[in-house]
Amino acid sequence: MSHQLRHYTVNFGPQHPAAHGVLRLILELDGETVVRADPHIGLLHRGTEKLAESKPYHHNIGYMDRMDYVSMMCNEHAYVLAIEKLLNTTVPIRAQYIRVMFDEITRIMNHLLWLGSHALDLGAMAVFLYAFRERETLIDCYEAVSGSRMHATYYRPGGVSQDLPDSMRNYEKTPWISNQKLDALNENRQGSLLDFIESFCQQFPSKVDEYENLLTDNRVFKQRTVDIGVISADRAIRVGMTGPMLRGSGVAWDLRRKQPYECYNELDFKIPVGKHGDCYDRYLVRMAEMRESNKIIQQCIQWLRLNPGPIKVEDPKISPPSRYDLKNNMEAMIHHFKLYTEGITLPAGETYAAVEHPKGELGIYLVSDGSNKPYRLKVRPAGFTHLSCLEELCQGHMLADVVAILSSLDIVFGEIDR
Amino acid sequence: MSKHYPHHHADLEQIISQQCPFKPTKLTVSTDLTYQIHASNTLALLQWLKESMTCQFNQLIDITAVDYLHYGESEWKTDNANTGYSRATTALKASSHPTEPDTRFVVVYQLLSTVYNWRIRIHALLNKNPPETSSITTLWPNANWLERETYDMFGIVFHQHPDLRRILTDYGFKGYPFRKDFPLIGRTEMRYDAREKRVVYQPVTIENRVSVGKTIRDDSRYTHSKGSPEQ
Repeated sequence: MSHQLRHYTVNFGPQHPAAHGVLRLILELDGETVVRADPHIGLLHRGTEKLAESKPYHHNIGYMDRMDYVSMMCNEHAYVLAIEKLLNTTVPIRAQYIRVMFDEITRIMNHLLWLGSHALDLGAMAVFLYAFRERETLIDCYEAVSGSRMHATYYRPGGVSQDLPDSMRNYEKTPWISNQKLDALNENRQGSLLDFIESFCQQFPSKVDEYENLLTDNRVFKQRTVDIGVISADRAIRVGMTGPMLRGSGVAWDLRRKQPYECYNELDFKIPVGKHGDCYDRYLVRMAEMRESNKIIQQCIQWLRLNPGPIKVEDPKISPPSRYDLKNNMEAMIHHFKLYTEGITLPAGETYAAVEHPKGELGIYLVSDGSNKPYRLKVRPAGFTHLSCLEELCQGHMLADVVAILSSLDIVFGEIDR
Repeated sequence: MSKHYPHHHADLEQIISQQCPFKPTKLTVSTDLTYQIHASNTLALLQWLKESMTCQFNQLIDITAVDYLHYGESEWKTDNANTGYSRATTALKASSHPTEPDTRFVVVYQLLSTVYNWRIRIHALLNKNPPETSSITTLWPNANWLERETYDMFGIVFHQHPDLRRILTDYGFKGYPFRKDFPLIGRTEMRYDAREKRVVYQPVTIENRVSVGKTIRDDSRYTHSKGSPEQ
């Protein structure tokens, strides 16, 4: 037997539950130590950017939801911001607050799913179930405002599609549910959507305490994450990391603060940062971010209660007319017809709009040649760059640590492969 | 939007016009600060932007490319008022870059300076066929995957790249899907062949369908658009 046989290659995925989607990872191992890791991606490549070139601007909002399918509205946000930047419009302040509120709801949703699957990968089943309990409430908010539980298509160029509803849908009576249980389920659904979100916000910090109880001082969890996948602050910047990955290494870089968009500079929140840049610090950063997001949502609720107003720009070339105008006004009807057949036409030019997505910087690079379709649309996903650092983070670690590092990156293949 | 983060950084513009030895051309069609340079100078310019103490663009955000083959061409003609729209869509004719007629491909680099909080975009003009430029993996390690993606989608060759493989498309894929002359429906499709008991590749059997034609409006309808008043 030759001594060269010491290194051997393991195929991880693409159908492995810890691969977070469809990642095929070719691992070269020396015993149980990772020598090389070569991710093969693209198994979920749907050519969103190419498809977008053949569709009017409005039609593409729905495709944005399907990119990072756990933080849908944040994707839409970057896209509509890019369009608004080219149009040089400012959306009404109420629409800005609604967008920010839903961005933060989305951030909590994303982090909850991340937390659940991260804990699950490291062997803690219960957290997953608890996290999905809260996520369900937030998905109900999506449903209330857009009619869709996941792919909302709620943000539109120039605002949002409709104002917040005054009532919440209640659970209905079924033979499998007692009246007492039904009343309990519907207890916080008697008021408006804002009341519903507010009741969530009041309970949520105690729920985060529950998760932290299960994990933060958990011996097994700490053994699996502390000092695993360490990256220094300088290196994290140099390899293009953004979002919680960068903040976990101690760089206080957050686009909501550094390059504020919408009404973020009127809100009070903190930017949590880590110290060591390991998996454990990234976990702590995301937990703290959920608490901060909760505060932002509460501030938005307070503001939205006091300030009614328009939720989209009143330019008929950008946003559709009201239902009443449509039936009573010839001009409005023509505008409506043109908007839904030809779509909006952007001036020739190019732009880049970035938002602080739950995973990092999500950027949309948009080139327009003056037509009703994007000439070129490039999505800059955060996960793509994070995944490209996987080899660097894994080298010298054990095979089992690959799973911990991979899930601490918070990757979703919808946005990496696009 | 415009009241928050400056799209044009006056200081940075001044630094580049006074100190940069490569004299890139400023683009006016962009909402952000954008410079255009020939591909042969890109590596040196990017290195200068990264290492110059007055700029310190320490982060590479994105690399992508734009194919200008159909730029400014439309499928529905609207200039003749009394005929309205043409009945069917017309095939797009070959066009070129709006200002550089010899250029079909442009590689776009987005940089970010976390030190000064600046963003800049660099357009590298590629004139050769097949399109080629030099790799910048020595400057920023994450250029590796980004260049692989650009190569995969546009067939742009990055010289001195350590590992220029395809990244997103299928194993054994032929062609460059994001080029404008690559059909939206693709060229091959795969299906399971019951007789041969394996998955086979064959030419596509579906037809391309244009639901909404590409229309260009020159009536400057948005030049006066301001949206709602500043609050």
